[in-house]
Amino acid sequence: MINKIVNSPAEAVRDIFDGAIVMISGFGEAGSPIELIHALIDLGAKNLTVVSNNTGSGNVGLAALIENRQVKKMICSFPRTANSTVFPDLYRKGEIELELVPQGTLAERIRAGGAGIPAFYTPASVNTPLADGKETRMFNSQLYVMEHAIKADFALVKCKTADRYGNLVYNKTARNFGPIMCTAADITIVQALAIAEPGGIDPENVITPGIFVKRVVEIQHPADESKLVQENRRYPWQ
Amino acid sequence: MAIAETVKGWDRIQMAQKVALDIPDGAYVNLGIGIPELVAGFVPHDREVIYHTENGLLGMGPSPGAGYEDPELINAGKKCVTAIPGASFFHHADSFAMIRGRHIDICVLGALQVSSEGDLANWSTGEADAIPAVGGAMDLVAGVKTIFVITQHNTKEGEPKIVEKCTYPLTGKKVVNKIYTDLAIIDVTENGLFVKEYAPGVTHQYLQERTAAKLSQYLQ
Repeated sequence: MINKIVNSPAEAVRDIFDGAIVMISGFGEAGSPIELIHALIDLGAKNLTVVSNNTGSGNVGLAALIENRQVKKMICSFPRTANSTVFPDLYRKGEIELELVPQGTLAERIRAGGAGIPAFYTPASVNTPLADGKETRMFNSQLYVMEHAIKADFALVKCKTADRYGNLVYNKTARNFGPIMCTAADITIVQALAIAEPGGIDPENVITPGIFVKRVVEIQHPADESKLVQENRRYPWQ
Repeated sequence: MAIAETVKGWDRIQMAQKVALDIPDGAYVNLGIGIPELVAGFVPHDREVIYHTENGLLGMGPSPGAGYEDPELINAGKKCVTAIPGASFFHHADSFAMIRGRHIDICVLGALQVSSEGDLANWSTGEADAIPAVGGAMDLVAGVKTIFVITQHNTKEGEPKIVEKCTYPLTGKKVVNKIYTDLAIIDVTENGLFVKEYAPGVTHQYLQERTAAKLSQYLQ
């Protein structure tokens, strides 16, 4: 029998190892798997390369993972937002690496990683500093830059509903990087608001087919990141 | 100069109105963060325009009323929005396929500098201690069919933002089609910059003095 459901975030992230490449879904807090990230902080794996659009806010979730000095390098498109101070401070001190990637290129590199495409050409960033040193090529008299796929050891993703096969449905704009990250990691770990019975999700409405998912943990009431930031909360909880 | 001192130009609302009037019925439009977000409020009601936000929503509606905010329904600026009837959600790779695949008709963006050839710099001042952040700007200018820039004509320090050649790192080369400032509307053409419209009280000479690139006038 296939049953990808595990009982706790700790069990879900148990084998994330030092030096792993970890994709983390979310656009700001929308779609960010905060309980899985906190479990990764509890686990303590270090020297991680994290692929995520942003770098978290306040002192919880992704920002707390960075503050806990578990992240060696961020691959992202927008490393600062209204309440993000952890990453900028470490970056200015030269204590964390940044690979800045245009948002669409980041998405396509992840998609390519999951689809078995090693590299591709894009018009984005041509003639800008972000294309420096990269291979370029003309197609139909337009210049394109070659970008490599990104694959990860683990992906941490948040969704709305999952079943024991790992079929997923998302919620509104919290979908963002989730579906493509699920495809691009060896071990995809999902936190879902609810678990459905097999068949409870109409096959026509499955967004991520279960083949891309390894583990699912139910988190019925995930923490509200912006509320925690407002209250100056800090993880590990004090 | 006494006359020039009294020139106020258009305010942000009037600039947004000018852009809105150039968005045709049926257009798919992506609005950048800041002044561009104001544009949606001024598109004439007899035009149906669909707004795209790159974090995965086509058919973005206005801000929700107080108490109706949903932190999982946001725009690219991470502000709460609504979805109109007929909206769709999709993941990031599909969203940027819409952008890069030339399916979006118009994008309205802010600028640090625009060059006479339509080069845009809007993501970094290149300062050593700045945290570089690019978001979707480079994909948008590379893929959207028409790029409108909306910006103050000069910086707070009075420096021209329209220049012969950008000194800040580029977002894209030869990508801007039209510039809307507080002082004028300027077309970017194969033959350089042409002034389409002057704000009230703005003369060509006044505008040229505040612009670091040659401005041409259309033949009347």
